[in-house]
Amino acid sequence: MRDNSVKFCENWKWVVVAIALFSTLAGTACKKKQADPFPASNAVAGWQKTSDTHVYAAKDLWQYIDGDAEQYISAGVVTASTSDYKYQDKLEAVVDVYTMSNSDGARKILETGLTKDAKTIQLADEAIQYAQSVIFRKGPYLVRIVAYESTPYSTPALLALAHGVEAKL
Amino acid sequence: MKNRRDFLKTAATGAVLLGSQGKLALAAMMEHRAEPAKSRVVIARDPALHGADGQLSESRVQALLDRAIATYTGRDKPIDAWKHIVPVGKVIGLKVSCLGGRGISTHLALTLAVTERLQQAGVKPGEIIIWERNARDLVAGGYTISTTPNRIRVYASDTAGYDDEPVACGPVKLKLAKILSHDCAMVINLPILKDHSLSGVTFSMKNMYGVIDSPRELHSGGCNPGIADLNNIPTVREKVRFTIGDAISSVYEGGPGFHPEHLWKPNALIVGEDRVAVDHTGWQMLEKKRAEVGLPTFEAANRPPRYIATAADAAHRLGTNDPQRIHLMEV
Repeated sequence: MRDNSVKFCENWKWVVVAIALFSTLAGTACKKKQADPFPASNAVAGWQKTSDTHVYAAKDLWQYIDGDAEQYISAGVVTASTSDYKYQDKLEAVVDVYTMSNSDGARKILETGLTKDAKTIQLADEAIQYAQSVIFRKGPYLVRIVAYESTPYSTPALLALAHGVEAKL
Repeated sequence: MKNRRDFLKTAATGAVLLGSQGKLALAAMMEHRAEPAKSRVVIARDPALHGADGQLSESRVQALLDRAIATYTGRDKPIDAWKHIVPVGKVIGLKVSCLGGRGISTHLALTLAVTERLQQAGVKPGEIIIWERNARDLVAGGYTISTTPNRIRVYASDTAGYDDEPVACGPVKLKLAKILSHDCAMVINLPILKDHSLSGVTFSMKNMYGVIDSPRELHSGGCNPGIADLNNIPTVREKVRFTIGDAISSVYEGGPGFHPEHLWKPNALIVGEDRVAVDHTGWQMLEKKRAEVGLPTFEAANRPPRYIATAADAAHRLGTNDPQRIHLMEV
C-alpha cells in the first residue's frame, strides 16, 4: 500500500511537471503571437506591407540604428522589429516596434527629443504625432512609424496604420 | 573666408593631383613653404536644389558637384578637374552612408553624379565600386545591389567579407572590409551630415565606421578617440583621400537615424581633402542650425564632437580643426 502511494506521488509529480511545462510553452507561444504587431497587407485600408519583418536583439541593435542603440539599451530594450509599408503606391513608411523590459523604458524613449510641433493624440497609453511620423507607447512597447515624404495624406494615413499596429499589441 | 575668384588668384597652379603619392599636388607644394599650408574646404550651395514639389533635381546636383570640384581644384572644366583627382586604371571606391535608411542616406543623385564624372575622366565602369557596410542598408538607401563585371558594382562588406587578420585601432583590434583593403586603390568618401546621439556630429570621419567589422567597439566616450583612431589606421588614412560631403539634407537633432521632425535641407556639398577640416566645417554648420531653432550647442547637450580635436592632435595629425588654418570657400 505504501509502495503504491509512493508511486502515485511520483507519477503525480510528473503530471505537475508536464502541466507546468505545457503551460510555459503555451504561454510562450501566445506571447510570440502577441509580439507580431505588423498588420498584413490591406489589413489597414490602403497599406501594403512591403518587406519582411527584421528582428534585432538588443546586442545587435546598433546594426540597425547605429549610435541611437545606446539610448534604447539604457532604457531596457529587449528587441526591435521593423518592417516597411507603402500606402496606395504613393507614400512609403517604416514601422519600428521596440519591446522594452517595462513601460517605464517605453515612456523614457517617447519623452526624449520632443519638439514644439509635437502634437499629442489619443492612442494607446500615450502618443504624439508629427507631420511625417507617429510615435506611441503601449505597455512595454514603443512604436515609431515614419513616412519618407510629407504629403497631404501622410497624417491620416499614418494615424490609420498606427491604430492598426496598436490593435495587434 | 575667400571666394572662388580669390582662391584662383592665390592658387593659379592649384591643380589637384591625387597621384601615386596620394596627396593633392597643391597641398604637397604648399607643404614646402615656410608657412604651414591651409586646408581647403569648399561649401557649394544651391537653394533651388529641391524643387517647389520637394523633389531633388538631379541635373542641379550634377551642376552643384561640378561647381564644388571646380572651385576646389581651380579648374573650370569638371572633367579636367576629375582627371587630376583620380588615378587612371585603378579601382575607385565610393563609400556612401546608408545607415539612416531612405530618409537620410547619401543621395543617390549625388553618387550617380560622381560616377558620371569619374567615367568621363577615364575611369571604367568596372573600376567603380559603390559600397556600404550592410547590403540591407544600401537597399534601404535607394541603391540596387549589382556585382556584374565590367559595370559599376554596388555591394556591401557583409557579403564581401572582412580581412582575416585584425589591425590595431588604438587599444581595440578590428578587421577591415576587404572592399577597402583589397578591392579599392582609392576611396572617395561620400558621407551625409547628421547629428549623432553619441558623437555629436557624424560626417566624414565617422563614416569610416562602415569599413570595419565591429563598429560597436568604438562607440564609447562619445566615439572619442575611436573615430580618430580608426581614421589613423594606415589603410584608412592612405586610401580614403577625398570627401564629397552630402549636406543636401541633414538631421540637426535626433540623429543618426531619420527623424523627419528634425530634417533640414541645407542644399549643400562640403568638399575637401582634409577630413578633419571637413568635419569641423560640418560641425559649425550644424551648430548654426541648432542655434537658429533654439537648440543647445553640442557642448551644452553633453555631446561635443571631441573626436575632431583628437583627430588633429599630435598623436593623429589627420588634419586641422583650427579655423585659422582652414581655407573655407563658399560658392
